[in-house]
Amino acid sequence: MSANAHRPAEALKGLVRRQYFWGIVAIALLLLVNLIKDPGYLAFSIGSSGNLVGNVIDILRAAAPIILIAVGMCLVVATGGIDLSVGSVMVVAGAVSMEFLSGAPDTVGSGLAAIGLVIAVSAALGAVNGVLVSVVGLQPFISTLVIMLAGRGLAKVITGGQNTAATNESFRWIANGYVLGLPVVFLLALLLALAMGFLVRRSALGLMLEAIGMDAKAARLAGVNRRALLFTVYILGGVLAGFAGVFATASVMTVDVSRTGYQLELDAILAVVIGGTSLAGGKFNITGAVVGAILIATLDKTVVFLGVSSSATPAFKAVVIVVLCLLQSERVRRAFRQRRAATARPAEREAVAA
Amino acid sequence: MPESLPIVEMVGISIAFPGVKALDEVGLRLFPGEVHTLMGENGAGKSTLIKALTGVYKIDEGEIRIAGEPRRLGGTADAQNAGVSTVYQEVNLCPNLTIGENVMLGHEVRGAAGINWRATHRAARETLAKLGLGHLNPKHSLSALPLALQQLVAISRSMVARCKVLILDEPTSSLDANEVEQLFTVIRGLRDQGVAILFVSHFLDQVYAISDRLTVLRNGRFEGEYRTSELDRADLISKMIGKDIAALKSLDAKASRRVRTDDAPLYAAKGLSRKGAIEELDIELHRGEVVGLAGLLGSGRTELARLVYGADRPDTGEVTLGGEKTEITTPAKALARRIAFSSENRRDEGIVRDLSVRENLILAVQARRGWARPLPRREQDAIVAKYIAALGVRPADPERPIRLLSGGNQQKVLLGRWLATEPDVLILDEPTRGIDVGAKAEIQEYVSDLADEGLSVLFISSEIEEVVRQSDRIIVLKDHRKIAELEGGRDVSAESIVTIIAEDGLGDPSADTAVREEATA
Repeated sequence: MSANAHRPAEALKGLVRRQYFWGIVAIALLLLVNLIKDPGYLAFSIGSSGNLVGNVIDILRAAAPIILIAVGMCLVVATGGIDLSVGSVMVVAGAVSMEFLSGAPDTVGSGLAAIGLVIAVSAALGAVNGVLVSVVGLQPFISTLVIMLAGRGLAKVITGGQNTAATNESFRWIANGYVLGLPVVFLLALLLALAMGFLVRRSALGLMLEAIGMDAKAARLAGVNRRALLFTVYILGGVLAGFAGVFATASVMTVDVSRTGYQLELDAILAVVIGGTSLAGGKFNITGAVVGAILIATLDKTVVFLGVSSSATPAFKAVVIVVLCLLQSERVRRAFRQRRAATARPAEREAVAA
Repeated sequence: MPESLPIVEMVGISIAFPGVKALDEVGLRLFPGEVHTLMGENGAGKSTLIKALTGVYKIDEGEIRIAGEPRRLGGTADAQNAGVSTVYQEVNLCPNLTIGENVMLGHEVRGAAGINWRATHRAARETLAKLGLGHLNPKHSLSALPLALQQLVAISRSMVARCKVLILDEPTSSLDANEVEQLFTVIRGLRDQGVAILFVSHFLDQVYAISDRLTVLRNGRFEGEYRTSELDRADLISKMIGKDIAALKSLDAKASRRVRTDDAPLYAAKGLSRKGAIEELDIELHRGEVVGLAGLLGSGRTELARLVYGADRPDTGEVTLGGEKTEITTPAKALARRIAFSSENRRDEGIVRDLSVRENLILAVQARRGWARPLPRREQDAIVAKYIAALGVRPADPERPIRLLSGGNQQKVLLGRWLATEPDVLILDEPTRGIDVGAKAEIQEYVSDLADEGLSVLFISSEIEEVVRQSDRIIVLKDHRKIAELEGGRDVSAESIVTIIAEDGLGDPSADTAVREEATA
């Protein structure tokens, strides 16, 4: 791969072979559709404080929380597991931070403290998943389903059933601020995704996770500490979901206990699959998960922009995703290739004969 | 036997994989009512040829005729419709279904209201009974059966399909002598009914016991077709490996036994046991010696090895390593204390199929370092290059997924994985199973060299001759007990070990103790 990168044509070929290539194509197509409806869709303008304003910026901002949970989900899926609790961890994180900030002074310090609190609480929830999966030996689906159901309840208990609101300018800046003209949330999400990618690929974590996901028995006999690794992965997933919860609540400085993070675990799973990671575990692709997350955000915005009625939204989303999965399917692509080869072959023969 | 028309004729078959020509104009004929053996080293193309016949691989050139008609086999279903059934080396059944469901899968008895389960199970029971497996309850789960019986279940499955051609790809590699005999009875029965049987095995004795005709492949090429009665073993082996067999014989005349250099054992366990696996026993391993575990299948050889490695947690037992008391309850702990274990189950417990040769090779070393301290790529490449060269892994491409290698080469990579951890104690459970004569000799020699270099090797093989040849000391197991411990020497042979196993528990108990005393003396 790295050797190929020297030649741009080869690198492009490598990119086309990647599964997330089709995700990028899909993003481009969706933007194109929007552009046809409104030729000014991709236009940027400079906002009041030198920041960029535009539909694309909105998409990037919306993608930020999905990127985080998709990256966490990607690692969990690599081990052959699944984490259904990320949406609920988000709402708990939102509830904890709002409840804390509503009683705290509007300072940078309390903003940081809220984030510290979120990390602790989401890590704890991730650890519960980790214990259930690795020590108790429950199936990941069931373990995280438990936390998914319990989490939203926990959030309601924390806020007393209210949609707690708070004011804290530095906390709000995370979601609404800009650096270099780009939204802070998106940059943070990208930074965290890069850090995770760096962590798994530069250490041996990635290899170990893949080994567990591909063949748990063989990995155990090779001395891989499955228990500790699973524990670590679920905690990482929890903390990333906690940050996603901060992103989702900080923009409006209100936690909506029944809507925040609702069904986002499904978006995260979709993003992971679009990115080319098999739900069966094994090989995973963090870049792909990020592409998948951006695609889902683009899709959400497109649905709104095209004015698809809210009752038809899920169906529209479903169609786009089914088409994408078909394009990615090796079998469908092989069928295409064979047809192309069948039509190309006579020409080839002529060339040889000539 | 009269020369009737062949039921299967494969002519000029060629198959190329990216970069390798797996088969080059190979031919094969199978006649009804004959057992035909396919011989060749690992990588000779046996599996590829079989997969061409079963529709798994598409052939690039050549023709397959079944019952005189040219066939294009587009998939396994095509082959099955043409009457070709296969039982693979590594059993391909559904462990979570019942025995009966596995036997009848796809051939369930149907009634007015869907599948008639009672009739289906009855049919399964009848089929099993024909194979002498009447004692199995078709309603029990398959996964509870030992591998050997699963194999026979797999054969009964192909009988249900009323096949005309039955392919047995190394069916005997995990069976003990009795089970092999039982299998052969079944095979002869099928042969007499006119089924053409294609048999693949690395055990020469079995090949000569069962087959009427054989085809030899070498390096993807057709070497010849012979009547078994007209080709003696030495000729067969030299045709398979394409060279003189004097080199192989040298191993038999192993010069001198190693002399133990230390007094205290490197590894010692007292009263090691686990319920249902091994009754309390003592075992000592010294530096620079090969200790063999001999016993029939199911005698507890593998179970004992797994306890030593911590793959299963021992219930009792006091372990000392290098004189210090220690506890080995997980593989990770064993590796940290420089004990390595190569499992007999290469597919499920050995290789990680989708990882590359390099990743498989460094996996154990990396696991011991922990994920936070990655092995630098340069060191990885050095380790991988070293073991690929030392063990002769072919093809020598570290980035190739290991699943694309032949069984023998996968085994070499695994051996490399464990050696890369620089173990003091190396446990090898059936390291030569399903491996051709050449690779087998290479691995055996390598094991001897390791012991000469001071490693302590615990060696397990279902071939008692191999245990005798390799080992300096032999522990004989029977029914999950240790029944004898023998110093290797001229008076220890496969026969004497079989006698010990056969006579254990027979007659008066004093004779039994006499054997044990003599053995431990």
